[in-house]
Amino acid sequence: MSESPPTTTQLPAQSPPVDPAETTEAAEHGAPAASGARLSWWHGDGGEGAKRNLALIGVLLALFAIGAATRSDLYANPDWVWANMLSILKLASVVGVVTVGMTFVIIGGGIDLSVGAIVALAGVWCTTVATQSFGAGGMIFTAIIVGVAVGLVNGVLIAYGRLVPFIATLAMLVAARGLAAEISQKQTQISENSVINGIASNSLLGIPLLVYILAAVVAGGWVLLNRTTFGRRTVAVGGNPEAARLAGIDVKRHTLLLYALSGLCCGIAAIMLTAQATSAQAAMANLYELDAIAAVIIGGTLLSGGRGTIVGSLLGVIIFATITNLFAINGLSTEAQNMVKGGIIVAAVLIQQVQFGTLSQFFRRNRLTTS
Amino acid sequence: MTEHENGVTEHETPLVEAPADTVAGEVVLRLTDVVKTFPGVRALDGVQLEVRAGEVHCLLGQNGAGKSTLIKVLAGVHRPDSGTVQWLGNPVAFANPQAAMRAGIATIYQELDLVNDLSVAENAFLGHEPRRFGFVRRGHMAGRTRQILGRLGHAEIPPGRMVRSLPAAGKQVVSMARALSHEARLIIMDEPSAVLAHDEVGNLFRIIRELTAQGIAVIYISHRLEEIREIGDRVTVLKDGRTTAANLPARDTPTRDLVSRMTGRTIEYVFPDRPADTADGDELLQVDGLTRAGEFADVSLAVRAGEIVGIAGLVGSGRSELLETIYGARRAEAGSVRMAGRALRPGSVGAAVRAGMGMAPEERKSQALLLGEPIYRNVTLATFSRYARFGFTDVGRERAEADRVAESLEMRPRDVRRAVRTLSGGNQQKVVVGRWLLGDTKLLLLDEPTRGVDVGARAELYQVIRQLAAQGVGVLLVSSEVPEVLGLADRVLVMREGRVVRTAAAGELDENTVLDLVMAGSLMEGAPA
Repeated sequence: MSESPPTTTQLPAQSPPVDPAETTEAAEHGAPAASGARLSWWHGDGGEGAKRNLALIGVLLALFAIGAATRSDLYANPDWVWANMLSILKLASVVGVVTVGMTFVIIGGGIDLSVGAIVALAGVWCTTVATQSFGAGGMIFTAIIVGVAVGLVNGVLIAYGRLVPFIATLAMLVAARGLAAEISQKQTQISENSVINGIASNSLLGIPLLVYILAAVVAGGWVLLNRTTFGRRTVAVGGNPEAARLAGIDVKRHTLLLYALSGLCCGIAAIMLTAQATSAQAAMANLYELDAIAAVIIGGTLLSGGRGTIVGSLLGVIIFATITNLFAINGLSTEAQNMVKGGIIVAAVLIQQVQFGTLSQFFRRNRLTTS
Repeated sequence: MTEHENGVTEHETPLVEAPADTVAGEVVLRLTDVVKTFPGVRALDGVQLEVRAGEVHCLLGQNGAGKSTLIKVLAGVHRPDSGTVQWLGNPVAFANPQAAMRAGIATIYQELDLVNDLSVAENAFLGHEPRRFGFVRRGHMAGRTRQILGRLGHAEIPPGRMVRSLPAAGKQVVSMARALSHEARLIIMDEPSAVLAHDEVGNLFRIIRELTAQGIAVIYISHRLEEIREIGDRVTVLKDGRTTAANLPARDTPTRDLVSRMTGRTIEYVFPDRPADTADGDELLQVDGLTRAGEFADVSLAVRAGEIVGIAGLVGSGRSELLETIYGARRAEAGSVRMAGRALRPGSVGAAVRAGMGMAPEERKSQALLLGEPIYRNVTLATFSRYARFGFTDVGRERAEADRVAESLEMRPRDVRRAVRTLSGGNQQKVVVGRWLLGDTKLLLLDEPTRGVDVGARAELYQVIRQLAAQGVGVLLVSSEVPEVLGLADRVLVMREGRVVRTAAAGELDENTVLDLVMAGSLMEGAPA
């Protein structure tokens, strides 16, 4: 430039403490050959999120330590600690089941805001006088059919109606709660069925049945995601829908199935929650969608799809339940609890981004072409 | 040329330094023995580079030779492990890209880093807007942008225009305006012509000449030798992170020399020998009267088993759209596609794949690859269901199959568990093509199979395509590079403005004839790239 400008403002000094590109490149090139075992974490299949999940376990241990420090009187008793852990798992069970379905939807590149509403609708529908007359089997069948059906409606709207998942499931959130209120006449419907109610109150080998259900759903979800063609398609559809389509995968049908799967999980959760409360009402499972999404994010699943783990989501749910428990045993308010949860979500994501260089990737996406 | 010459003449190439009296300017940049390693990779392994003011210095090298890393070192993204970088006579180590920018080194990346929803002026001065009392001096900024655009010979671009609405060539001009707004004395351009249509390249060269006339040095990176001949002053060649030749005269160095320093091979385009008879295969693909409004009209063609049919045409001639429609990725408005006599359901990729079609689309990264996933999962993306038992994937089998493909395509790295993201362009393309070596693909649709692929990997891909044809696979190939179509295909279709204007055996056509047909009276030159 021939003439010098009158005012030249210097760039704000924004040098990051660590060169983010270096970390990213290092991650991409893989660990040094010396640590062969660690290599598999970067390149291995299924082990992608192992390191992330170890970090989450670290968080859980830290929360445990905080509990032990603040209520050393209670933690001194091993029996109490065991019982408390079971109650945390029980607390996590219903949201946990919903979160498994949510994980699939999000890895598949979508989002399901209607899960809480589906749980409420399925819960209400399976506790009507008419349904209860068919016994426990009829109630379970109804809850699951309702869940899957609503999920299919979501899926059809999104996959074939080309609605944005956010909008379609937001509409379903409103509509399903409306239908639930309509069916229940805004009344609380008591579950008279002792088998159903027993799901929440009974234990097997000292462990509540709800925890077994959670374990079964998580195990099933893990196998489905990591060992089946369904799981492989989910990752492909979420990671690069166009590539999946051009490889001959029916992206629309798979998207439909993902929302149906989420609905199925909601149906199962509806039974569990109804059993816990021995009743159902239109306002039940309020804001479950946020709990589930938060757990999925904390678990390291990319909100943009294509990458995520079931175990991470489970750990996310358990971390939330542990925090709730921590506040309860210290006699603190739910308001403070929610603030901490909000902070935890942000902190968890920030830590992961710094750790894995995705933050820098985000900013340098356009510049990072590996030669 | 025969396939036997391919890849065997490995040179031990001594560093050649030609006397560079041709360029008068002072040396602005000098790199000596620059080394940069990443865990497990020695990306730069002793790079020498000397750039003078007012010259266009071309950087040549295959994918993976270290060009990108070198650019990042100069742009302040990476710091070298050892060696010196002298800028304007002083040794420097840029802490970050802003520091390099302030020192006067601007980099224009292949994927332009502009903000689409800001204006031209805002993009040009992004991060260092002229300010007074914290308020951006918009009028002043617009004025200076206008002045810079004038210097670039593009005074017609209004500074207030949204960048989104500019064509690729216009965006590139804005990137250069940004470089000039920083008073850059060295501008690094990473494959600037890759995003441009044929006729826009001339304009780019005009701008580069204006810049160099003002004493600005340009480092120019391109795969296209003819461009380097036209715009370059001197050439430095990289191979495996090392400078194998420095300061060669860009116009006079024989192509053979440049290619051999780059590859250790002595040939540029290597097409395998054409087999004698190809016309006796069974009819495989039959397309009749295929039409999509605004894209192509009434296209009929046929591909026999074992035959390679090439489609030549400009960007915007409807060739990619045609390929996608045959494949079912777009729904035809009229006409039919038959495989081995049976009509395919229109608009269904699944049906096409089941009938034995496979496609390597134009945009590898956005249309074909799961970048974060391992190689083997990308290779088996179309076939993993076939290896599965009762819906359970058989990862062992998948890896074995992918290994086989990696082996036969000489994929590097060979470890199929590596993420595809870490591969060079040529190897990524091998993954995409390799996908269809599995299963029972009868017809392969290839859209620009060698775009962004270096010379060595190109020859290997040609070899693979020919081998597939020899095994009875039909190939339908689209390419912007006429020599590629002529050298590889048995039969050639020339497309212009959505219509097939000529069909002939490859032997009956030559490059000039095809170019004439492609361009003749063309209104497509202004088409967005």
